[in-house]
Amino acid sequence: MQFDVANLIAILPEIAVLITACLVLVVDLYLQDKNKDVNHTLTLIGLIIAIALTGVVGGGDRQIFFDGNLIQDGISDLLKGAILVVSVLGFIYARPWLKDRDMLVGEFYVLGLFAVLGMLVMASANSFLTVYLGLELQALSLYALVAFDRESKKGAEAAMKYFVLGALGSGMLLYGISMLYGATGSVEFGAVAQAVSEQGMANEVLVFGIVFLVIGIGFKFGAVPFHMWVPDIYEGAPTPAVLILGSAPKIAAFALATRMLVDGLQELHADWQGMLLILAVLSMGLGNLVAIAQSNIKRMLAYSTISHVGFIFLGLLAGSTQGYASAMFYAIVYALMAAGAFGILLILSRKGFDAETLEDLKGLNDRDAWYAAMMTIIMFSMAGVPPTVGFMAKLLVLEAVIRIDLLWLALVAVFFSVIGAFYYLRVIKFIYFDRAVLNAPPLVTTGGVRFAMTFNGLILLMLGLFPTALLSLCQSAFI
Amino acid sequence: MNEFPLLTLVIWLPIVGGIVVLASGEKSPSISKWTALFFAVLTFLLSIGLWIGFDSNTAQMQFVERSAWIPTFNVEYYLGVDGISMPLIVLTTFITIFVIVAGWEVITYKPAQYMTAFLIMNGIMVGVFSALDGILFYVFWEAMLIPMFIIIGVWGGPNRVYATIKFFLYTFLGSVFMLVALIYMYFQSGSFSILDFQEMQLGITAQTLIFLAFLLAFAVKVPMFPVHTWLPDAHVEAPTGGSVILAAIMLKIGGYGFLRFSMPITPDASASLTWLIVALSLIAILYIGFVALVQQDMKKLIAYSSIAHMGFVTLGFFIVFTIAQNPALSSGSIMGIEGGMVQMISHGFISGALFLCVGVLYDRVHSREIADYGGVINTMPWYGAFVVFFAMANAGLPGTSGFVGEFMVILATFRADFWWAVLAAMTLILAAAFTLWMVKRVIFGEVKNDKVAALKDIDQRETFNLAVLAIAVLALGIWPAPLVNVMHTTVENLVVQVTTCKLPSSERSDCVLTHPEPIVAVPNN
Repeated sequence: MQFDVANLIAILPEIAVLITACLVLVVDLYLQDKNKDVNHTLTLIGLIIAIALTGVVGGGDRQIFFDGNLIQDGISDLLKGAILVVSVLGFIYARPWLKDRDMLVGEFYVLGLFAVLGMLVMASANSFLTVYLGLELQALSLYALVAFDRESKKGAEAAMKYFVLGALGSGMLLYGISMLYGATGSVEFGAVAQAVSEQGMANEVLVFGIVFLVIGIGFKFGAVPFHMWVPDIYEGAPTPAVLILGSAPKIAAFALATRMLVDGLQELHADWQGMLLILAVLSMGLGNLVAIAQSNIKRMLAYSTISHVGFIFLGLLAGSTQGYASAMFYAIVYALMAAGAFGILLILSRKGFDAETLEDLKGLNDRDAWYAAMMTIIMFSMAGVPPTVGFMAKLLVLEAVIRIDLLWLALVAVFFSVIGAFYYLRVIKFIYFDRAVLNAPPLVTTGGVRFAMTFNGLILLMLGLFPTALLSLCQSAFI
Repeated sequence: MNEFPLLTLVIWLPIVGGIVVLASGEKSPSISKWTALFFAVLTFLLSIGLWIGFDSNTAQMQFVERSAWIPTFNVEYYLGVDGISMPLIVLTTFITIFVIVAGWEVITYKPAQYMTAFLIMNGIMVGVFSALDGILFYVFWEAMLIPMFIIIGVWGGPNRVYATIKFFLYTFLGSVFMLVALIYMYFQSGSFSILDFQEMQLGITAQTLIFLAFLLAFAVKVPMFPVHTWLPDAHVEAPTGGSVILAAIMLKIGGYGFLRFSMPITPDASASLTWLIVALSLIAILYIGFVALVQQDMKKLIAYSSIAHMGFVTLGFFIVFTIAQNPALSSGSIMGIEGGMVQMISHGFISGALFLCVGVLYDRVHSREIADYGGVINTMPWYGAFVVFFAMANAGLPGTSGFVGEFMVILATFRADFWWAVLAAMTLILAAAFTLWMVKRVIFGEVKNDKVAALKDIDQRETFNLAVLAIAVLALGIWPAPLVNVMHTTVENLVVQVTTCKLPSSERSDCVLTHPEPIVAVPNN
């Protein structure tokens, strides 16, 4: 392997995140308890530098580094940027919660940053090996984050479940990768794609490999029937951990899927399309139906995630550049919405109290009209009501599906989105139509949180009104 | 082409105004109220500019604004009005003023948010009427649900949560299928422009499916039997202003949808399914009329009466397809559509006024039950006079606007089918029965109880609201010509559109419409 400085320039954002993680790890040792805010500041600075570096490094032509292991193209630039922005929001929302519970320690930030690093690696992976490395780095950090609250038995249980099922998913994925390696003789996407186009579907090992790959992707996305872990983890884990694992990792999961299926196995689109189709319909159906029955909002959002994953799969299975772009748009938008929704839950929490049930949202409009408006935008966006961006995302996905003449699938999708609208509306009902419980203390938030939430809510509205900028980025990534 | 973006201004001014009112906060209700009124009146004055600048000699779109919005999918910010949409826009901005005034002293919980919701609603509804791009239309169409959902849910009656969620889900379910139809048509025509949709040729199967998807969306909104059940709930629970907007404007959007989408885009399917629409309309007129008769709740009664009156609108629109099969009677088809349009505008005034009347009583007694009242005229003579006037208009008394629309539709229906007309004319009896019976029980008779005895007559604010609407009802009833003239050319063009076969040449032999061959369409900008 030849060492080349150009290689290092391409991964400057990753390097920045890694340095920040190491820095926080060391600095934290020397910090007194009252100065733990430094961790937070360092993390944000590191992530913002990484965003800037993504902008500086990105934008060029498609290039391959590290002997075919890493790639830099429109997809990686955009996904990295989105992952970093969503992570910044996540860390900002998490700080007051951690501070109230004396948990503002370096470990949270170190684990979070390593998870972000893993996601970045996935976004720019160009071989099965790299993608798997990134995935494991992200997953292992997240397992630990879920168990972050040592005192919490529920958290420990959730972490255990997450670990076991996550390991199972990774195992499936690895198994599929090994089969593909056996069939094609390479782990690099370009070489795999070439081998596939030469052999076609003649090789049965190849087909088996894809099945396991799709199962692995299903696990990581939390698509039905591989969704069992999602609701339990969302409910059991501390809310900041859910915020971190429920938002940006969806973008990373999209990277995982698109790198493997599109970069590597585009040729076999006809074979994985059917599998994704089943996952998509089941996810939209089960996710939306079961979410109605939830009274715990974290659990409700978990099922809502499942249904949104179904929509992301709709775009992927269309198999066209339009379809991939729409799925990418959807994944990014979803991560923003999820970050905002969990952010509101964190804002509603206070020392000794976690906002977990729908009842906890009661009378938010009386307590803080601005946050109520932001949460309303987020909920309408999740339901896919214009003029929010959630509608645009659904519109693009539906367009991609109708373009390949799967009209029935589009009808199924809109039908379930109507069912889904019900539980989002119920959240708004609690915010606006119910009065706050008498002893509810006023919401105390910091300026940073208010700024981040304002940005988060308004960007969902602005992207709904002016989707062209993000959309053309998504589309140019796949051309 | 007009240089000045008047339509954009009429859409966005109230929305911006709403945000200003919201930002003014709840600290000083009077400032937010006056700001809201200022923006509502300003918007109305601007929309009058549309009427003045409107050229009624052409069927082309006017005040057109067109620029790219999402270029990759050919979605445009494409606005324009013709003789059908322009009067509806003016109606919208006009009614909004009364809604703002009606909520003046009554709304005590977060008045700024209340005014904001109605101002934003105003802008969005104007957007619906002026959008000429399918996706833009859909965005406005759906966005409309958000403020209304909040209006009913926050300021509504005891059962408001049930009513508002039912309202939202019903309309949402109806419209998502329209979205799929719009995307499908985009792939057929290559653009989202509604005018392009209207020139597109589609096979009868595609037309029927698209027609049904639109029917679901518009029938829920109108509402037509059997998807009308959300309306009584929503009306009863909504605050007075919400009921007024629902009845006066939102229902009209369904009717407008038929004229803009269903009929010109899928005329062949419309023609073959005319029997369905006519049947549903007649059921709405007759059956719902009887249902209205037995209501105990005044708002519910007016809500059912709205459904019955909207049945007239859909009837007037769709008999075109029956009349047009006999070219000698083609003026009847124009009369049917114009009658439906006049009925929509007139119903906007009358139902709005009736809901305001109920609101006046509800603000004082906090009951909408007919049985709680009696002899109101003894304590509220002015109010009683207004109620009787609007009730007469609702029953279709000649000289009021309620008569004009119904008369035109019934006349046109006679040219289509004698028995349909007989059934439709039954409404003159039914509407009189349910409205006047309610008036008799509420307004006349002995003073029923202490609450009625303690009533105070309407104050200046309420008198203003009712008097202006009464003048509008009278004016339209005595001299409907300006309204009919302004839409005449557009309706003529529309009749040509809807009687032109849109089937591809391979299927054209099955065509039942007057013009089997595509005629050279009037160029639309």
